[in-house]
Amino acid sequence: MPPSNTANETPAVARNVTLFDLFKLFFLAGAVSFGGGVVAYEREYLVGGAKWLSDEDFLSTLEISETLPGLNSVDIAVIVGDNLRGIPGVIAAVAGLVIPGSVIVMVLGLLWSSSHHDPRVQHFLLGIAAAAVGMLSVVTLQLGRRQFQSALDLAIIVVTFAAVSIFKISLAWVLLAIGPVAIFLYRPATDRALTQGAELHLPFHRGPRHGKLRH
Amino acid sequence: MRTQLLKLGAVFAMLGILAVGGGTAVLPEMQHATVHWFNLTDKQFRDIYSLGQVAPGPNMLMVLVIGYRLMGALGAAVVGIAFFIPDCALTLLANRLWVHFAGSPWRLTVQRGMAPVAIGLMCAGTYAIGRLTLVSAVTGRINPLSIAITIGVGAILLWRHVNPGILVLLSGTVYMLLSR
Repeated sequence: MPPSNTANETPAVARNVTLFDLFKLFFLAGAVSFGGGVVAYEREYLVGGAKWLSDEDFLSTLEISETLPGLNSVDIAVIVGDNLRGIPGVIAAVAGLVIPGSVIVMVLGLLWSSSHHDPRVQHFLLGIAAAAVGMLSVVTLQLGRRQFQSALDLAIIVVTFAAVSIFKISLAWVLLAIGPVAIFLYRPATDRALTQGAELHLPFHRGPRHGKLRH
Repeated sequence: MRTQLLKLGAVFAMLGILAVGGGTAVLPEMQHATVHWFNLTDKQFRDIYSLGQVAPGPNMLMVLVIGYRLMGALGAAVVGIAFFIPDCALTLLANRLWVHFAGSPWRLTVQRGMAPVAIGLMCAGTYAIGRLTLVSAVTGRINPLSIAITIGVGAILLWRHVNPGILVLLSGTVYMLLSR
């Protein structure tokens, strides 16, 4: 999806979206997404509700945010804000997205600070952490469905995991060491099928996993 | 104090930028940095992570509470700015440049190459929270109730899509009621 300065290329992208509209939409997504799954709400509001983006636009936006570092839900707010209203749009969208959660998490943090010696509070939070481990496992399995089935990808997964979790190597070094190797292994010339995949508009990004977005 | 704040900001700015594949990817590094370089305990880290699951919006907003716990309101502000602003700036820049790489086969190469790295990092993040949650820090033995909740929640989500907020609150309540 090209930036707003070239808005003529993107079909189905809304015009006349005000900064307040942007703020409001992302504020709503940031306020109702209890327990995570923010990306799914963004999709629902942007595509289904406000119809500022077609589903295809949204998926290519998601694809960019998945490739870029940082939180996917925040990256989507940045990209949509930029494409619709430039830098002021980015500020409006990101502020809307993070304000409700920031206020609530800080209130919870203050309550926790004064009560974290209470065993009921400890047990409640431990139960939540246990649920989070279950959710993270499922999300990882679903996002990595493709990768877990490929021997090369699986090898990269195992090496990355071992470097961080077993050998406790700092993340920056892990990325600097493994990233270029992984990219080199997938360099264009070695894999014709993948290059053809690009022309087909990345069919694997339409997989069923988009039915259950949870980041 | 000032040096500590700067260090806190630097750590979280790096974490925000290194979050390849989302926030889960940086959890091990964040745990290590906040526990070893600052005086957060593993248990506090786990508790604060859980708070992030209860609040709406990105779960990683819990970094604000880490900042608050370590260095008060100023710490929360520094962490919030450091974790989100550089990442947003980078994304903005990349969004403007992205169109230039639209037809390049290298774009797909980067995506294909980095996808398994991101999955590996997510496994590591899940493992980090899992170790803090499923194994008792005191006895070193596994915690059967935590394991049961993890498996239960995982099974429910594999079976059908349930609002994660409901599962989170339910799990907390169940653990609290069963461990009195």
